[in-house]
Amino acid sequence: MTVVIDRISQSSPRSGPVPSPTGSPSGPGAAGGGAPPPLYKKRVPIYPKLVHGPWRMLKWAVLVTLLGLYYVIPWIRWDRPGDLPDQAAMVDFAHGRFYFFGLQLWAQEVYYVTGLMIMAALGLFLVSSLFGRLWCGYTCPQTVWTDLYIAVERLFEGDRNARMKLDRSPTSFDKLWRKGGKHAVWLLIALATGGAWSLYFADAPTLWRDFWSGRAEITAYLSVGILTFTTYVFAGHMREQVCTYMCPWPRIQGAMLDAHSLQVTYRYDRGEPRGPHKKGDTWEGRGDCIDCNACVVACPMGIDIRKGSQLECINCTLCIDACNEIMDKVGRLRGLIGFDTDAAVSCRSKGQPASYRFLRGRTAYYAIALFVVGTVMLTGLITRSTVDLSVMRDRNPTYVRLKDGSIRNGYTLRISNKSATTRTLQIGFSGPADARVDAVGVEDGGPLTLTVAPDKVRTMRVFVTAPAASQSTHSQPAIFTLTDPVSRDVDRVHSVYLGPGEETP
Amino acid sequence: MSDKQKHSDEHTGVDTTGHVWDGIRELDNPLPRWWLWVFYATIAFAAVYWVLMPAWPGISSYTHGVRNHSDRAAVQQELARLKAARRADAARLTSASLEQIERDPALQAYALAAGASTFGDNCATCHGAGGAGGKGYPNLRDDAWLWGHGTLEDIEHTIRVGIRSDHPQTRQSQMPAFGRDGLLNGNQIVDLTQYVVALSGRQANRGSVARAAPLFAEQCASCHGAAGKGNPDLGAPDLTDGDWLYGSSPDAISSQIANGRGGVMPTWEGRLDDETIKAMAVYIHANSDGR
Repeated sequence: MTVVIDRISQSSPRSGPVPSPTGSPSGPGAAGGGAPPPLYKKRVPIYPKLVHGPWRMLKWAVLVTLLGLYYVIPWIRWDRPGDLPDQAAMVDFAHGRFYFFGLQLWAQEVYYVTGLMIMAALGLFLVSSLFGRLWCGYTCPQTVWTDLYIAVERLFEGDRNARMKLDRSPTSFDKLWRKGGKHAVWLLIALATGGAWSLYFADAPTLWRDFWSGRAEITAYLSVGILTFTTYVFAGHMREQVCTYMCPWPRIQGAMLDAHSLQVTYRYDRGEPRGPHKKGDTWEGRGDCIDCNACVVACPMGIDIRKGSQLECINCTLCIDACNEIMDKVGRLRGLIGFDTDAAVSCRSKGQPASYRFLRGRTAYYAIALFVVGTVMLTGLITRSTVDLSVMRDRNPTYVRLKDGSIRNGYTLRISNKSATTRTLQIGFSGPADARVDAVGVEDGGPLTLTVAPDKVRTMRVFVTAPAASQSTHSQPAIFTLTDPVSRDVDRVHSVYLGPGEETP
Repeated sequence: MSDKQKHSDEHTGVDTTGHVWDGIRELDNPLPRWWLWVFYATIAFAAVYWVLMPAWPGISSYTHGVRNHSDRAAVQQELARLKAARRADAARLTSASLEQIERDPALQAYALAAGASTFGDNCATCHGAGGAGGKGYPNLRDDAWLWGHGTLEDIEHTIRVGIRSDHPQTRQSQMPAFGRDGLLNGNQIVDLTQYVVALSGRQANRGSVARAAPLFAEQCASCHGAAGKGNPDLGAPDLTDGDWLYGSSPDAISSQIANGRGGVMPTWEGRLDDETIKAMAVYIHANSDGR
């Protein structure tokens, strides 16, 4: 693996204290030689400092967009006929339906959701191998809500230094109302988060009314309660601990990244040797890093990016903005910390021109796999029939011999009407020669049609009888077709017709 | 496996546990403190659970917990609720005619489901799980009916009164044991067997058939009909088709002439309620030739 940790400390001993990164390399082992390491480690509080710059702006924009979508979508109405819910996005567990605007999926079509998840996974692999942990830094709910919670914290307690001072100060009215206000707002956000989640599973306005009047189902209160609790604890108190200790993705992600993946990178070729710099001093013979720790104090994970890419780094890019602010002040070029690849930095440090390789084996595989799955999914969705036929063949007995020696097979047909209108559907059959098709409840010799109400499933018992002369083999193909004469939707199911075969008298 | 010498990881500076697996060492990082709290929380949860829920086994019983929860009781309550919910459908079965049940998709679906489960519980022992029967037990799937014509009413009636059962109106008939009771001699039975084989369109001894013709008219035609087509009102099987309750071979036919076996089906009236019998009739009808 190419996750290189601490390339710098061997070449240049760090000057100036760096806050001990939580769960990071400089653990207890490094500190002491003789005493056994403690079994448990206290969390070191992290006070991320607010930064300004394009990355921070982008992060705000993504935060507002994603949270906006999350809270608003359940309230979007979408007119559907009959008793169907008029909510644009809804998972209806009781009736086994999933609604998303014009799309309505039945429980047995859950493979579309599976396909979507495979696409999401492949997309994540592709993005990770190209651009690093963008998911973690920008769109992961843990990151988004933590970012929002930190913003609230800043509103009540001020920025990094004020927060540290407040935490050290003795209890006072000022401290109490700031802390109390922060937790109150956090809890409100948590409640809104859990509440919005439950709105995806029921009619939003109805649930809203019922929830506040105490008439909602107990499961609604339970799910809101659990999500309120987890949001408050994870975004308010656990934060980076969730990413470092609880989330499996950082570990898996190590397998997605290689030396050519873009990720937040400290360009040690430019920065080293680092050290404090006084205004007017020469820049000759030294690196651009003035060891101001701006990148460290901005980091919500509490790590030092100058040690190289590491497990804790979520690629939030805030240290890039932090460093650029400083570079502007000291009059050096921006981009000492930037979106770059390990390979490029390594080239530059050897005095070679940086090379970037975006087309690599893994990116090609992921892109092709994503394209294939996407095409299959899209084709499936476009050609998706609004009628559905499933055929269950009787297994006991496999066939029945009638008085005249003909052989009869029984089938149970399940016919689904996934459209919003009542439809009269025709059932066709092709199978053994001279086969007769009868259905229970249908006049003899009459056409096999049945009327299915919108959004309903009907069952039909069908018997296929073929004369003894047609029993050429044990098994013959039997094809049922379901046709809607109006929309021309067709579903075709291949089954079999079984008989004793020729050799039996 | 373990080396006593202290070893620190060169990249992280963290001590290792001293265990090596194929050259891979395990870092000895401390657990986060909150992990310990979670562990304590699970212990606290267990203590609360012991108080609230059934938990500890005793000699003859167990601690019931203050909530007095019982999964078994919950299932029974659930079943009672289900039964109450089904009462409406069951009531509709009682009032509807068999034909109405078969024409109404919702009623039909209900009857088929109820019929299938009661068939499995009560009928499958003899007629088989799929209703295909066996030797001595009629196949309910085909179009050959010993009693009646396989209409809904015929089937329902048979279920109600049974065959040779103790029901006062039971379907009743008795084929004589021609051989055992000495009504016919051995040669006559051989000839008659050949005659019956010929009736079902198979090769038979011409001489035997000719000799047996008057015998058949005299002894058998009263029930089985002059042409051997049977009589469903008397439970006399059609001897011309391919359906044989006790086997189609000459030996099996001869044995039946000699012994005149007749099976017994119990009456289900009183043992099953009306709507269950109706549901079963609809189920059997739907799975037979459906006439």
